[in-house]
Amino acid sequence: MDAATRFSVQDLYTDYASCVDDTRFEAWPDFFTDECMYRIVSRENFDAGLRMSALALESKAMLQDRVYGMNDTIYHAPYLQRHVIGIPKIHSASEDSIRAEANYVVLRTKLDAFSEVFNTGRYIDTIVREGGRLKFKERICVFDGELVMNSIVYPI
Amino acid sequence: MNQPQPIHFVRQWQKPGSSRMPYWLYTDEEIYRREQERIFNGPHWNYVALSCEIPNTGDFKRSWIGERSVIVVRDESGAVNVVENRCAHRGAQFCQEHSGNRKDFICPYHQWSYDLAGNLQGVPFMRGIKGKGGMPPDFKRGDHGLTKLKVTEYNGVIFASFDHAVPDFKTFLGPTMLKYFERVFNGRQLTVLGYNRQRVPGNWKLIHENLKDCYHPGLLHTWFVNYGLWRADNESANVMDDEHRHSAMVTTRNQGGKGEATSGVSSYRENMTLNDGRFLDVETEAWWDGPTAVIQSIFPSVIMQQQINSVAVRQVIPRGPRNFDYIWTHLGFADDSPEMTQRRLRQANLFGPAGFVSVDDSEIIGLVEEGMSQNLEAESLCELGGREVADTDTHISETLIRGMYEYYRKVMEI
Repeated sequence: MDAATRFSVQDLYTDYASCVDDTRFEAWPDFFTDECMYRIVSRENFDAGLRMSALALESKAMLQDRVYGMNDTIYHAPYLQRHVIGIPKIHSASEDSIRAEANYVVLRTKLDAFSEVFNTGRYIDTIVREGGRLKFKERICVFDGELVMNSIVYPI
Repeated sequence: MNQPQPIHFVRQWQKPGSSRMPYWLYTDEEIYRREQERIFNGPHWNYVALSCEIPNTGDFKRSWIGERSVIVVRDESGAVNVVENRCAHRGAQFCQEHSGNRKDFICPYHQWSYDLAGNLQGVPFMRGIKGKGGMPPDFKRGDHGLTKLKVTEYNGVIFASFDHAVPDFKTFLGPTMLKYFERVFNGRQLTVLGYNRQRVPGNWKLIHENLKDCYHPGLLHTWFVNYGLWRADNESANVMDDEHRHSAMVTTRNQGGKGEATSGVSSYRENMTLNDGRFLDVETEAWWDGPTAVIQSIFPSVIMQQQINSVAVRQVIPRGPRNFDYIWTHLGFADDSPEMTQRRLRQANLFGPAGFVSVDDSEIIGLVEEGMSQNLEAESLCELGGREVADTDTHISETLIRGMYEYYRKVMEI
């Protein structure tokens, strides 16, 4: 694996985290290709091969609908997120696509409350090059604790 | 000397009827204990599993009734047994997996073993060793099995009760509720698409209220209002069993958009259009028999959901007075086409812990619990559609909530 590939994947992950943590949600769909898959799924379902997710979006258009939802239609108490993403493990890299995964921890901070561990797990990604930048063709967020702390509104 | 103050008391509900609910119902530890005893351990059928989750001999699923962990297991005869997950010896909750397959159950502490019906089989060194120790001569294994529950397996759905005097399942549901239950569960083979589990920071009764509150969907949920899935101008029916503890909210979607039902409704978004319409690629199914959604609350343990092509069983597990776990088992049917399965999966994006619609509810329940705990003597107001309890054909009513509390007061004697 060449260092340039490694660094470019790492950059993609850190850019993604800062986009989401800085609540620039409108820019979040641009991390994905037009036809894509974004899933937040419990390890329970994932390991058992069950297809149900907590959220499963199949196109950039669906991601845009989700952004509208989280900003304008879904009622929720406000909270902030902080992603801590481990160093990616790159399974394979070719001209066309990169397969990689990384551990993540998402901390949640609600008003009047301390920060808390909200969601932990791993990203399983298929990354492609599009218009000179890396994009997710598929991002599966497999979370460990199957019990969600009430609700997930923002992107993991 | 001062008069001693009693430290144990059960609060008294001051007003008659069920149109005002004091907030201590949702916070009080003593009330919660009494609910465990009279409701979850009482003569009610509690949802525990689906038949398709344990098809073979030895298949088991760990489940809950109130706060008590139970094991649902299929035995050699093909019957389903439900036993408490607590060793009769020293109380260990010996089963920790969600599901699996076993020939017997063995407690890891002292290796007491139980058969699939919960009968105690083996006690290591029961007669002692080298003539010393062991159980007293009058110890009988037959007296020390796991707690056995009464079980009913009806059209692929398994319910259980700690109270063996519970009336039979059909009587428990009553004819009206049975009709809506059989609308989904008519004996056809179910398939589990997967699970979602969330802990909601509110009293367990609040989720039943939410799903007996036919007034809120057309106000709180933008998706329901905009797309006509559930709103004030839907054709509707809101009905109960004779005891008023169970309910079904029945609605038929309309074309949505602007109208009388959106006037002054702040969640309505006039200019909202979906970038990807597949979220709402609804296909009418013959078995709906008209209504596009039926939400059935079966007191006290479960909500059965059919909302367009999304079908789910939502189990309610109390976790202290101020939290409950909400476990969604998302369903399809064995004869679904691949396209229908895909549709059910897609529409599930509206529901569950990250759902476009359901997040509204679980977040609101958190706010309600917080607000109630600020003044326990204050009361919830529940008078839409009057102060009485009766079936209705309008969504602008809170009659189903009043029905549940009418029954609740009787059972709780408060």
